[in-house]
Amino acid sequence: MSAYDTAHHDDHDHHGPAPGLTRWLYTTNHKDIGTLYLWFSLLMFFIGGAMALIIRAELFQPGIQIVDPMFFNSMTTMHAIVMIFGVVMPAFVGLANWMIPMMIGAPDMALPRLNNWSFWIMPFAFTIMLSTLFMDSGGPAGGWTLYPPLTLQMGDSFAFVIFAIHFMGISSVMGSINIVATIFNMRANGMTLMKMPLFVWTWLITAFLLIASIPVFAGAVTMLLTDRYFGTSFFSAAGGGDPVMFQHIFWFFGHPEVYILILPAFGVVSSIIPTFARKPLFGYDSMVYATASIAFLSFIVWAHHMFTTGMPLAGELFFMFSTMMISVPTGVKVFNWVATMWRGSMTFETPMLFAIGFVVMFTIGGLSGLMLAITPADIQYHDTYFVVAHFHYVLVPGAIFSLIAATYYWIPKWTGNMYDEKLGKIHFWTSTIFVNVLFFPMHFVGLAGMPRRIPDYSLQFADWNMIASIGAFGFGFAQIIFVWVVYKCVRGGEKATDEVWEGAVGLEWTVPSPAPYHTFEEPPPLAVINKNHF
Amino acid sequence: MSASSGYYIPHEARWPIVGSVGLFLFFMGFGSFLNDGSLGLPLLLIGAAIIVWMMFGWFSMVVRESEAGTYNGQVDVSFRMAMMWFIFSEVMFFGAFFGALFYARQFSGPWISGDGGGGAAMTNAVLWNGFDYIWPNNGPGKIGDGFAFNQGFTEMSWFGLPLINTLLLLTSGVTCTIAHHAIKDGNHEKMVRWLAATVGLGAVFVACQAYEYYHAYHALGLKLTTGIYGSTFFMLTGFHGFHVSMGAIMLFFVMLRGMKKHFTAENHFAFEAAAWYWHFVDVVWLGLFIFVYLV
Ligand code: HEM
Ligand SMILES: [Cu+2]
Repeated sequence: MSAYDTAHHDDHDHHGPAPGLTRWLYTTNHKDIGTLYLWFSLLMFFIGGAMALIIRAELFQPGIQIVDPMFFNSMTTMHAIVMIFGVVMPAFVGLANWMIPMMIGAPDMALPRLNNWSFWIMPFAFTIMLSTLFMDSGGPAGGWTLYPPLTLQMGDSFAFVIFAIHFMGISSVMGSINIVATIFNMRANGMTLMKMPLFVWTWLITAFLLIASIPVFAGAVTMLLTDRYFGTSFFSAAGGGDPVMFQHIFWFFGHPEVYILILPAFGVVSSIIPTFARKPLFGYDSMVYATASIAFLSFIVWAHHMFTTGMPLAGELFFMFSTMMISVPTGVKVFNWVATMWRGSMTFETPMLFAIGFVVMFTIGGLSGLMLAITPADIQYHDTYFVVAHFHYVLVPGAIFSLIAATYYWIPKWTGNMYDEKLGKIHFWTSTIFVNVLFFPMHFVGLAGMPRRIPDYSLQFADWNMIASIGAFGFGFAQIIFVWVVYKCVRGGEKATDEVWEGAVGLEWTVPSPAPYHTFEEPPPLAVINKNHF
Repeated sequence: MSASSGYYIPHEARWPIVGSVGLFLFFMGFGSFLNDGSLGLPLLLIGAAIIVWMMFGWFSMVVRESEAGTYNGQVDVSFRMAMMWFIFSEVMFFGAFFGALFYARQFSGPWISGDGGGGAAMTNAVLWNGFDYIWPNNGPGKIGDGFAFNQGFTEMSWFGLPLINTLLLLTSGVTCTIAHHAIKDGNHEKMVRWLAATVGLGAVFVACQAYEYYHAYHALGLKLTTGIYGSTFFMLTGFHGFHVSMGAIMLFFVMLRGMKKHFTAENHFAFEAAAWYWHFVDVVWLGLFIFVYLV
């Protein structure tokens, strides 16, 4: 296999992509791999979205109408697993692949072969995960949090779910190791840490979170597996274990995980807002420190998901205060974004619209999070639709909007073509309107006591649920516009300049559009670096 | 962090897809094996064989490239970072199981027996009346096959085999370091000798563990299924034993490469990576010795 050949060494520059399918199968190129990740997550976005629409169709009216409750449960479970592990995480890794080497003036990722493997695990892992839906016992139906004892009562497909999680975990850890090594080891001379774009910073910290938390998740699901198949008693009180112990281990991973889903989004938004406000990012240093503090704090707040499990009072108080503390660095970020826009010469191209939408609606999610952090209040809110509203505000108009914003922002660099601005704006407005129609009513039904993860509900919740379902279908169909815009842009369109955006700062804008197959084989000169950062 | 030009970027990678197929078959096979599917075991074995083949092929390729001088110092740094962060991820993996041990001992046990605030006393009275918590235990349901319990529930004593194991591993850390100094002097023969000693000590350790398991199962009736004590004991020591085996295999291959004089006084990252790994399993063992056997 690809025996080493010294003659190759010097002709890197002339090396383009290999022809045909093997280009994608064997590629070590960070741009190819980034593209693969992005297409993969787009595909999964529609699979996960279809599941969400099944959920919303069932909830359109009270009563059981369309699917049986067991299948409904496996839809809520799988929807979450697909969206978290199959959409948001790989999409951000795809962006990291495409952008980080270009942003730090590196020729590629530090470990290109490993990079290939990180991606090529994903389709296989998700084949296993999705195949459980077609097994006799149906897919996992105990919620994405996999709480025992419920989750241990599921059928034969359980083992496959666990192994699929292990499989994805291998990919995440390898991908993160690669990103850390790239950022620490591959920066061009003069690209000091505090000159790095915030997207690079946020990814560095995200990668750390991943390496630290995914193995804990692997441990937790391994214990589930042995409890189910090998007779251990980790989560069984009869054997001296404790089902609540699973929740502790799971959320020790789970809370950092939600920040894994949002920190790169912070980085994206911190890149886009200065560009279209034509002002340097306000408070760069404080952004870096805020990100680091969020990462640190995210390891000591986990039990805010467990306020109703009967923890000792000291635990309830500790986790309440530590959780509230996270709002401080988060608030710093929001203030910095607003201050960046303050008195800027703003224009509102599609990426900026999505970024502003992010700032506003992510903040709504952050505020409902703050409400949930108050222990006595959470005892009322827990496991209601209010929680569903909270995390969907941070994840959909949060993480997903930032991914869409990033796509509009960088796609001219990827394809060399401008996207259709008019369609982009239509996409933004339909998405923004429908996402609020979809998720805002969940606050109301949640506060009124509607439980989550139940296929039926009592009559007083009917109106808002119908509205939410309408919003869901509207939001879902709005995303078809997105696919159309992307498709059109890949196929052609107005040629993009190298700089693409008037106010854009960063090394990625110094290379041609579309970015050549290999960039920065020679590192950029110091003068270029010094001119292209905040 | 120096100029990037000269950083080796391979043009294609064929092994990863082999690895993915191998893992896929392995996991599918394992899954159906656990559910008594007849194809399970063969699939699992085929998958495992493919993974071994992939590792062999991938590592040989890297060794060839390294021997041909493909990697500059910067590539070397990437490898080092990757190995360190990989070991960190392993630390976190063990952290989950140590966390389970602490939680079960400090919280679950006392709470089931009625100690602690909140509803603990009530829970005990209603659900597990009469359960007194002492460590080790297999819970109020006396989960396990009862054999050990009837004879008085025995804790694995730290004195004896575990102590010998500790000494074995600590000694192997020393021999490994001597081997490292040898290769730093460019002395391959000495390195190979001391590595052989290290691998040998590792093998003896694994053998002792195997004996201990045998003893636990047959003489003490302590099994994986013996409640929370059996669960934590066997999962922690089991994963550790697996990692020791992996580390020994790595050192073994480093030793073979030493026989072929692959290393130089300056350039022997493979050795160092395996040695770091070895020290890591050593440290995990100390944690096990203290928290599983001693206290
Ligand atoms: C200001 C920061 C935040 C605070 C104070 C906060 C607080 C909370 C609390 C207390 C809960 C538990 C509610 C319950 O189950 O009763 C919760 C749930 C959740 N949060 Fe947040 N959160 C914050 C930000 C985020 C972010 C940024 C994300 C992800 C991008 C996120 C994702 C989630 C998810 C997914 C859940 C539900 C998990 C589940 O039970 O399925 N949160 N949050
Ligand atoms: Cu949380």
